Amino acid sequence: MKGRTLGRHVKEGGKNLIRNGWMTFASVSAVTVMLLVVGTFLLIIMNVNHFANSLEDDVEVRVFIDFAASGDNQDELYSELDQIPGVASIEFVPKEEGLDSLISSLGEQGAIFETLRDENPLNDVFVVQAEDPQDTADLASEIEEMVHVESVEYGKDIFDNLFAATNFVRMIGLALILALMFTAMFLIANTIKLTIIARKREIQIMKLVGATNGFIRWPFFVEGLLLGVLGAIIPISLLAYGYTSFYGSIGTDTGIDFFTFLEPNPLTMQMAILLGSIGAFVGIWGSMMSVRKFLKV
Amino acid sequence: MITMNEVWKTYPNGVMAINGIDVDISKGEFVYVVGPSGAGKSTFIKMMYREEKPTRGDIIIDGKNLAKVKERHIPYIRRNMGVIFQDFKLLPGLTVYENVAFAMEVIEESKSNIRRRVMNVLEVVHLKNKARFYPHELSGGEQQRVAIARAIVNSPAVLIADEPTGNLDPDTSWEIMHILEEINDRGTTVVMATHNKEIVNTLRKRVIAIESGRIARDEARGEYGYER
Ligand SMILES: Nc1ncnc2c1ncn2[C@@H]1O[C@H](COP(=O)(O)OP(=O)(O)OP(=O)(O)O)[C@@H](O)[C@H]1O
Ligand SMILES: [Mg+2]
Repeated sequence: MKGRTLGRHVKEGGKNLIRNGWMTFASVSAVTVMLLVVGTFLLIIMNVNHFANSLEDDVEVRVFIDFAASGDNQDELYSELDQIPGVASIEFVPKEEGLDSLISSLGEQGAIFETLRDENPLNDVFVVQAEDPQDTADLASEIEEMVHVESVEYGKDIFDNLFAATNFVRMIGLALILALMFTAMFLIANTIKLTIIARKREIQIMKLVGATNGFIRWPFFVEGLLLGVLGAIIPISLLAYGYTSFYGSIGTDTGIDFFTFLEPNPLTMQMAILLGSIGAFVGIWGSMMSVRKFLKV
Repeated sequence: MITMNEVWKTYPNGVMAINGIDVDISKGEFVYVVGPSGAGKSTFIKMMYREEKPTRGDIIIDGKNLAKVKERHIPYIRRNMGVIFQDFKLLPGLTVYENVAFAMEVIEESKSNIRRRVMNVLEVVHLKNKARFYPHELSGGEQQRVAIARAIVNSPAVLIADEPTGNLDPDTSWEIMHILEEINDRGTTVVMATHNKEIVNTLRKRVIAIESGRIARDEARGEYGYER
């Protein structure tokens, strides 16, 4: 395609947008509403993911080593653990260290335990972390079967509930986003179809003078793109503004010490790019769908 | 230039519009297609610019078989022919100039070429002074002249017309005929379906009469041969 032809298509697409007035308004509104909801969900999902990740980093398996195990046995166990695929790190915590941290974590009352120094009742511990936190449960049960292991511990309940909850939010969010995208796509396809019926004759004439389907499609492509991008403007500005002020007021002060909300930068930028692309995609797709059947002349 | 071999056309609803037509039209000929209403004239014409595909048989124009050509090559074949209709088929939102220029934009001609060529053909159809008018500001004859200008602007080898004077009064019809004749004199093959007895009998050319989808008569310098 030559440059001037592209210029023509862009001009035609823009003209159609203006000429279709209310139809354009209806399509843009559909995209706007869709992207507002999609954008809101995106922000929620991203933060849920972020929350899950911060928690997941804390998920570890504590392997309590048998009292009877000798130093050599411990080394054996270590190399066995090391060979399990999916293990990210192994840290050895000797029982003395365990007692130290117990005492310091109990503060005043911890002093009582000082008497236990000589008869330390704690086990030596390996702290194992999985590469993928979702594998932690499997990893734990595998380790439990090994010799020289007295027991394992990994905060099973919190952990399972957490994954169920975050997965649920992700799924719902994704389903909602997809459903909304399709709805908006069909809305656009239908509004554009209405405007095309009026232009059916025009398309027929274009074909009669030898226009290729591509040539006819281009202005519609531009029109769909513009519809989508126009529809993205309000959601992007609104959500970016809203999220930034939300973050400004409670973003870092969440009441959970290891968790803060994602910073507006680059989150809002990523959201803007994503919403813009979704808008453009939905607009173009809707437009192309509606023009397709009018090309058979 | 145009050859049809054993061409049949049955519409999807079962109407057998064309039933075995053989025809040969040479370069530079002027051909009237006549016949009673419903005989299949429009179907015959539509197959030439491939609005309809023959059910059976070959239609060879300029060495290309329209019955076999791929869907995506059709635009390029249409660029080598001009088509004119009873209802003109102009784009209402475009001026005379733009309507004609449109056929050149489609094939990505340069602005300067378009300008030169459009003014040229508007001169041929005597509409140079109305280049800025919109179709609704023109008479029927003038609108048809714009359509003719659009049909010939890319210098096609063939000009195909389906009742180009069908909506026009006798004087205006003659105006159109003189333009078509002039275009034919410059070497363009012209095929036109018509019900206009006076024109066919006065401006004598080859006449192909179609009845019930078959060629009933094919005469050089023939007559209209029907009452109406
Ligand atoms: N698109 C179509 N679908 C089905 N049947 C059609 C179609 N177009 C035409 N026909 C039928 O084919 C036959 C020939 O029609 P056609 O339009 O070719 O006649 P015609 O000679 O041009 O008539 P007229 O002089 O009235 O214009 C008619 O019986 C008509 O009903
Ligand atoms: Mg007809």
